[in-house]
Amino acid sequence: MSAHRSHLEVLPRSLKVLLAAGLLLLVVFPFVGSDFYAQTIARMMILAIFAMSLDLLQGVTGLVSLGHAAFFGLAGYALAFLTPAGEAVSLWWTLPTAMAAAGLAALVIGFFVVRTHGIYFIMVTMAFAQMVFYLFFDNKVLGGSDGLYVNFKPAAVLFDFEDKRVFYYFTLAMMLLVYAFLRRLLWSPFGRTLAGIRVNEHRMRAMGFATFRYKLAAFTLAGALAGLAGYLWGAQTGFVNPELMGFQMSAHAIMMVILGGMGNFAGAIIGAFAFEYLLLWFKDLPTIGAVDLGKHWQLWMGLFIVGVVTFAPRGLLGVVERWSRRKELHDE
Amino acid sequence: MNDVLLSAQRLTKRFGGLAAVNEVSVDLWRGRIHAVIGPNGAGKSTLTNLLSGDIAPTSGTILLGERDVTGWSPERISRAGLGRSYQKTNIFLPFTVWENVRLAAQSRAPHAARWLARADRFAATNEHASRAIELAGLAGCKNRIAGTISHGEQRQLEIAMSLATAPQVLLLDEPLAGMGTAEAERMVQLLLRIKPDHAIMLVEHDMDAVFALADHLTVMVNGQVIASGAPAQVRADANVQSAYLGEGVQ
Amino acid sequence: MDFATFLIQLLNGVQYGLLLFMLAAGLTLIFGIMGVVNLAHGSFYMLGAYLAWSLSSLTGSFALAIVLGALLSVAFGLVLERVLFRHFYDRDHLDQVLLTFGLIYIFEETRSILWGDDVHGVSVPELLGASIPLTDNLSYPVYRLFMSAVCVALALGLYLLISKTRLGMKIRAGAFNRDMAEALGVNIKLIHAVVFAIGVALATIAGMIASPISSVYPNMGSQVLIMCFVVVVIGGIGSVRGALIAALLVGLVDTFGKVLLPHLAGMLVYMLMAAVLLWKPEGLFRQ
Repeated sequence: MSAHRSHLEVLPRSLKVLLAAGLLLLVVFPFVGSDFYAQTIARMMILAIFAMSLDLLQGVTGLVSLGHAAFFGLAGYALAFLTPAGEAVSLWWTLPTAMAAAGLAALVIGFFVVRTHGIYFIMVTMAFAQMVFYLFFDNKVLGGSDGLYVNFKPAAVLFDFEDKRVFYYFTLAMMLLVYAFLRRLLWSPFGRTLAGIRVNEHRMRAMGFATFRYKLAAFTLAGALAGLAGYLWGAQTGFVNPELMGFQMSAHAIMMVILGGMGNFAGAIIGAFAFEYLLLWFKDLPTIGAVDLGKHWQLWMGLFIVGVVTFAPRGLLGVVERWSRRKELHDE
Repeated sequence: MNDVLLSAQRLTKRFGGLAAVNEVSVDLWRGRIHAVIGPNGAGKSTLTNLLSGDIAPTSGTILLGERDVTGWSPERISRAGLGRSYQKTNIFLPFTVWENVRLAAQSRAPHAARWLARADRFAATNEHASRAIELAGLAGCKNRIAGTISHGEQRQLEIAMSLATAPQVLLLDEPLAGMGTAEAERMVQLLLRIKPDHAIMLVEHDMDAVFALADHLTVMVNGQVIASGAPAQVRADANVQSAYLGEGVQ
Repeated sequence: MDFATFLIQLLNGVQYGLLLFMLAAGLTLIFGIMGVVNLAHGSFYMLGAYLAWSLSSLTGSFALAIVLGALLSVAFGLVLERVLFRHFYDRDHLDQVLLTFGLIYIFEETRSILWGDDVHGVSVPELLGASIPLTDNLSYPVYRLFMSAVCVALALGLYLLISKTRLGMKIRAGAFNRDMAEALGVNIKLIHAVVFAIGVALATIAGMIASPISSVYPNMGSQVLIMCFVVVVIGGIGSVRGALIAALLVGLVDTFGKVLLPHLAGMLVYMLMAAVLLWKPEGLFRQ
């Protein structure tokens, strides 16, 4: 979309070291931290998967979708529908099914939406996602505004998700798998084509690429990966509601990807953790005098978002990059 | 053998009541350069866009080889063997020169949609890209970011990208735009190098280059062809002189 | 469906459509002329409703509340444009989306602090409280006709402003070619401020006159925003005429849909949008 916002695709050494340290921390956390915080971290990892799926669409392909949460929520609902009231379902077939459902929805919606460009794309993705939201909100049969419960966590013969630590490590493994897959994809012919579409779609078409098909494929894949995150969310919290599909959730995801830095998936992970941490921090603010600061978290979050967009539009990685470049010039 | 690789017949494009291109016919032969000249607003850009599929004609036909490609999308026409370069540089600024050309070459690769292999490890694509870069004289700057090279080098990159898809027909829109004398001379040499293997349509304002390169010359004014033939002949044509060349050019 | 019911639904559909037009016209003008997408546009509608409620309780007069509210909204629009939006005209749509999403949060929370989270009602002014009888037991509220009349009047005003006045000519020139207009002496900054203020005012007035019918509650902005986006997508960005036709279409489809096909009601408008997108991906009246 913009030539100014150059993307950091090759990760600098310092960042790789940081990520490795982060990974180490994540691996040992359940042994050193409390159960409650481990659950919070697990949720952040789920959101990191969600953010990475959006980064494929937004950071790599340049498609800004305000409706990505629809696929996240749909997969959560799929789990809720597939789980009977009295017993657990098997992870091994429900997870792929939920992802397939999310992917199929993305394929169908994408077919209509991907033919639009620029601001239209943003608006129609928002509109279709809200359509899905209202579909669930207005129909008691689908749970209505109250949502649905996932009565039992999915069962996986080899591990027991009722054990929070098992769930944590499974989620960590999924996050790493998705990251590795997407990094591979970034440098593949398919990934290079998507990047080309982001930078100059017109020239890509003139060179013979059927850009509509590539964008639709990216949209569908991103939807399926968002579904993976949604499934895990439903499994962890045991509850799904229409808010998971709303445009607020989509906008939060966009914020996560921007905050960390777009186009390399590492930024999406960092952004997800940072955003979620910030959100919890705002909600936890103390009451000073008669004013409950935490209650007004939306105000702080709104000011923060406006601040980031105004002063650091390329996110944390952009700030780090600018700082290290300034340091380079200084050292010369 | 003078194969006609592209034949546009009576192309017309109307915008509202205005005919930007009016009953224009153009033929392109293998190994020859067909130059199209005319004052600003003559319809040359519109003609180029019609041939490349960027705009659909109001009437008329376009034949690429034996195939009727009228109304085809730009990507379909490109795959059918047509390449073009742009007057306003239309490259991938944040990518390296190498990646710009490699991506162009990748469009023809059967593996273009593969998801997990590294894109830069496909020998055939790399070879096509290398060849295009050599032809365009860009081997020296292939690892530089396209946004940082000189204007002349960017124009060369434009050509390299259109060559990398191995087209039979080339539409070149003002390749010498904004170039100094030395750069322009290099570009003329480049075009002479690639001439034997392609059928080229050259839209240009630089008259020196036009007369050095053109085997056939067409003059457009106000959307219509007012003269078409061998350069010397067209130059001497009275209509052309009064309408265009006579305005104090060489 | 008998004739009286049909007439009622028709009038309701047109009234809803005209209200949507007030919002969509502002959104499409602001985007068409300054290139800015504003997700917080629905917040102005909400602001209007809350202003109607508090100003009419304060002054005791609904009419006075509307006038005061309109003036306040123009002032608010001018300030917002000057302080914030002006700096985002040349930014990525992505940045604009995030900025205005942040604004939604700020506006919602400010509303909560200033006016609380309860649902409120605004009473229909006495003068317009009557109903026109249609049959023995069906009648149509005069107030709804008033709403439509106000929207039509404003739409007409907008049309006259844009096509018949010098200001309108400058606005159109600026939209067509900003640099050229500036070179010719048009004060582009002023034009942008005026257009933005008009957009805000239209949305706020819509919220004010709708408040007796729709009530005043949190989140009323986001519901109407979506419909507004659908209208702009169907009508074509930048086209006020497109916004009018699309708004009436959406208003009628939604209203009749709820009556004739209640199970599909919520989805019908989106299906309409999908159909339009297949045929014309840039809207019916793309500039």
